[in-house]
Amino acid sequence: MIELVSASRCIECNICVRVCPTNVFDVVADAAPTIARQSDCQTCFLCEAYCPADALFVAADAHRHVEVSEQQLAADGILGSYRRSLGWSPGGDPAALHETAHVLRRMAGPGTIG
Amino acid sequence: MHSDALDLDTDVLVIGGGPAGTWAAWAAAKRGADVILVDKGYCGSSGATAPSGTGVWMVPPVKDDREKAKAQREALGGYLSDHDWMDRVLDRTWRNMDLVESWGYPFPREDGAALRRGLQGPEYMKLMRKVVNRAGVEILDHSPALELLVDRDGAVAGARGVQRQADRPWTIRAGAVVIATGGCAFLSKALGCNNNTGDGYLFAAEAGGELSGMEFSSQFAVSTAFGSVTKTAHYSWAVFTNEAGEDLNAVKDGHYSASTIGRALLSGPVYAQLSKARERPEVQAFLRYAQPNFFLPLDRSGINPFTQRFPVTLTLEGTVRGTGGIRIADGSCASTVPGLYAAGDAATRELICGAFTGGGSHNAAWAMSSGSWAGEGAAEHALELGAGSNARHVSGAGGAGYHDSWASASASDPGADAVIAGVQDEMLPLDKNLFRTELGLRSSLGKLDALWESLRTAHGASARDQQRSRESAALVATARWAYTSALERRETRGMHRRADFPALDPQQQHYQIVSGLERVRLRNEKHAPSIETRVSAAVR
Repeated sequence: MIELVSASRCIECNICVRVCPTNVFDVVADAAPTIARQSDCQTCFLCEAYCPADALFVAADAHRHVEVSEQQLAADGILGSYRRSLGWSPGGDPAALHETAHVLRRMAGPGTIG
Repeated sequence: MHSDALDLDTDVLVIGGGPAGTWAAWAAAKRGADVILVDKGYCGSSGATAPSGTGVWMVPPVKDDREKAKAQREALGGYLSDHDWMDRVLDRTWRNMDLVESWGYPFPREDGAALRRGLQGPEYMKLMRKVVNRAGVEILDHSPALELLVDRDGAVAGARGVQRQADRPWTIRAGAVVIATGGCAFLSKALGCNNNTGDGYLFAAEAGGELSGMEFSSQFAVSTAFGSVTKTAHYSWAVFTNEAGEDLNAVKDGHYSASTIGRALLSGPVYAQLSKARERPEVQAFLRYAQPNFFLPLDRSGINPFTQRFPVTLTLEGTVRGTGGIRIADGSCASTVPGLYAAGDAATRELICGAFTGGGSHNAAWAMSSGSWAGEGAAEHALELGAGSNARHVSGAGGAGYHDSWASASASDPGADAVIAGVQDEMLPLDKNLFRTELGLRSSLGKLDALWESLRTAHGASARDQQRSRESAALVATARWAYTSALERRETRGMHRRADFPALDPQQQHYQIVSGLERVRLRNEKHAPSIETRVSAAVR
């Protein structure tokens, strides 16, 4: 679930409030958005993909809250990593261009279900 | 009443902004209709496709290739798919993917030609939002629908809902409505599925519509035991083991067996490891590029899936990757209710998948095909009705879990969260839903009927409460249709597994049609609907 809105990185654009499909964030005047309904988070990672400041972190756990350290996540290069892997970071090249499912299909044989 | 209530008029209202809804909105606008699209969340991130990635059932227009493609899943689907519909979907998908390419989707290329076999969810849905915007469609995000509006003849004439961020109600009058609300995964947190709570089924049934194949609602997908990512293709490289490390032999011919894994999960934890790619770094790299999101929960948990085993579970995907949904009456994806159309996972996909999962490529092809037909059909219906249609006298069709006067809950009301937990207790457990029995289904239906009785009014006044309350009603209704259908199909066919009737019975090669809310009715239908488009009686 969503575990972090980094106040130091956030630019208060509120894009995450708009794009979150399950409406977990609330706008806060002159501040970073707040995680208002964490249990509604469906762990789809799309807020991270859309965040222009790499200020969000969605943990792998979909069913329980976990503690995270912003410092550690930043040091490990995890903040913004999903956006980068989609090629949505500045200067990035859409990852869809390099999609390799067709190569795998040839390797794994036909009929594999996606 | 709210003084800032939003009141709008349009030709076509599309409910749901995933692939099917965006294709429907685009197709209706292209036919010259004014279109409004409402989404419970955000058109572009809502639904099962956006956070995911999917193959597309694409077969070149070559006779032998198409015959082979149609035959491939026919037996798996229990012979409930239909050749005319499959041909039509293959044709339309082929043409629509030309459009996707012309709109600028970044397909990979080989020898200069675009390889159009798959679509990456975030990229695809970002593009579809742009396409719909450019076509002049008005998009209302965070605006869940709560009920349909019907005219005096019972034809659908719009919908009502709430804007959950502005906390105000909306009313949209329309000549026709397309339901593209997705399937129902019972809030299991299967990837991208938590907006897909069966709302569209409820709306259709309240207006008098029918559903087909709701017994094909038992699709479970492998995911990590802790995460949400239900992407399953990579498990063809996996070895599944039990606690003792014994190989469950769960993967055959590139497919894993949900029942083998399910049986093992009933007696203890199950683990997976992508062992078959362990010594193959080139495959590992391809796997990463093919589906970056598969690795998210693993990377973030410090697990190397090629060298370490990790705990897995089966997560319910219900009718999202099942095939049941609103019954289609003709080639325009009209429902049996005048003015109401259905597309994507909200509609039955038995016509191309039968009883076997539509997951991945087939559902993607169906979404863009049925979306296009529903949008065109709805536009024609609305444009023939003409400008006066929005002056029709209308009333709300909403029942359970809904109250027009923003009423507060009564003392005996269990509350939406308790209702939802009650439904999940019957739908999520493997021994109730994956392995079905007469006794188990009857016991579950008893509990679900009691939950239905408890749903009388909305559980609170805020927009979120209203939405949650209607979702709880949709979940109970969907569960009752699913298990009523499952009880009557006394055989095993496709994903519908009856532990007490483990074989396919040729006598039951028919569609099961359900309708009704207070009392669920069921009838059998031998034939698939015609692909001809009949002009609705309301228009004539």
